Amino acid sequence: MRSLPAMVLFAVTTFIIFRFGLDRTALSGSLASGVIWTTLLFAAVLGINRIFLPEREEGGFDAFRLAPVDRPVLFAAKAAVLFLYLVVLEAIVVPVFAVFFLPEWSGLLPLAVILLATNIGFAALGTLISSMAVNSRARDLLVPLLLLPLVVPLMIAATGATAPLLDAGGPSFDKFGTWLLVLGLYDGVFCLVGYAVFDFLLED
Amino acid sequence: MAEGSERAIWLRDLGRDYGDRSALAGVDLDLPTGASLAVLGPNGSGKSTLLRVLATLLRPSRGEVSVLGADLPRDAWKLRGKVGYLGHEPLLYEDLTGRENLEFQARLYGIPDDEASGRIDADLERLGMRRRAEYRVSDYSAGMKQRIAICRAVLHRPSLLLLDEPDSNLDPEGREAARSLIGRPADLGWRAESPVTRVAVSHDPGKARAEADQVLELEIGVAP
Repeated sequence: MRSLPAMVLFAVTTFIIFRFGLDRTALSGSLASGVIWTTLLFAAVLGINRIFLPEREEGGFDAFRLAPVDRPVLFAAKAAVLFLYLVVLEAIVVPVFAVFFLPEWSGLLPLAVILLATNIGFAALGTLISSMAVNSRARDLLVPLLLLPLVVPLMIAATGATAPLLDAGGPSFDKFGTWLLVLGLYDGVFCLVGYAVFDFLLED
Repeated sequence: MAEGSERAIWLRDLGRDYGDRSALAGVDLDLPTGASLAVLGPNGSGKSTLLRVLATLLRPSRGEVSVLGADLPRDAWKLRGKVGYLGHEPLLYEDLTGRENLEFQARLYGIPDDEASGRIDADLERLGMRRRAEYRVSDYSAGMKQRIAICRAVLHRPSLLLLDEPDSNLDPEGREAARSLIGRPADLGWRAESPVTRVAVSHDPGKARAEADQVLELEIGVAP
């Protein structure tokens, strides 16, 4: 949980910079969608970087690997923790974003569905990447280098689904189902990849 | 001497490389169940690497490895839960107390809470750590961490003890207290489902030979 305050601080500071950098008191549509997802993505990277750090300190990663627990269960446990981190982060920073930029709040409820669907993909992919990078000296560089290209499809779907929800005239559900399906497919693919390869990633 | 007649560990031409450097080469071993093995050798001879291969933490690069009937690395999952490993690192979470670390370990190994609580109290008492187990591990000295690490290694009552310089950081009183948890199989104050086999890396040949049924001497880059 030590990384959560840093993630929140990063996100709130980024909103402040956007507010003054764009010189806008209200955002809508694709610009609002871009601002919120760019901020959440880089805040999430902070947490993903540290998800295996307690295991790395004092050799705890070996204790993790010695445990008589199915590897997919360990993957699911770590991914669930990361998912919860992201939910807590969003529960704090999305209302801040709304106060800073949104004149119209009725799109926030359907946005929560998109946030949850995106978090599943983030958590699955982030756990995989973090487990690959944990034993590397360059893990702080490796995580963003590996994660950001792979997360592009997730971000395209998330921003595509979010933009109509944050329209100035109130939320519209244009292609909402399609984008949700894309998010679901992405989540499914990386959950399955994690299930299949996590055992190998834990090997030396 | 060994209590059982079955093989606990069987190695043929075991080798392990790190990149193009050989850390372990041509190791053969036949250790019966219930026996105690001392692994000796200078720094860099592959003692810790051997223990990590036996603990399923490293894949062998060559050779055949059978531990408690499990062929490694293929059957590594069968072996986990039967091995008590004490390495150079204590394998503890710094933000948790000593007791919380042990309780977490007990849950990972599926030990019922009542049973785990009894074992934790008994083991902490043996090592003189019962009161200090309520402190965070980050506040411990190296010796205190080693004592909790010893409790962690035996909490699930393993059939195979793999100990890498177990006396590290322990004072004479701690070494004596640790004998009932990680000493010779006959001296252990706990019982596993099957006779306990012990493999210990040591830099004290005299003590190691006195405690062991068998000795394996490794040399740098040379097969024993």
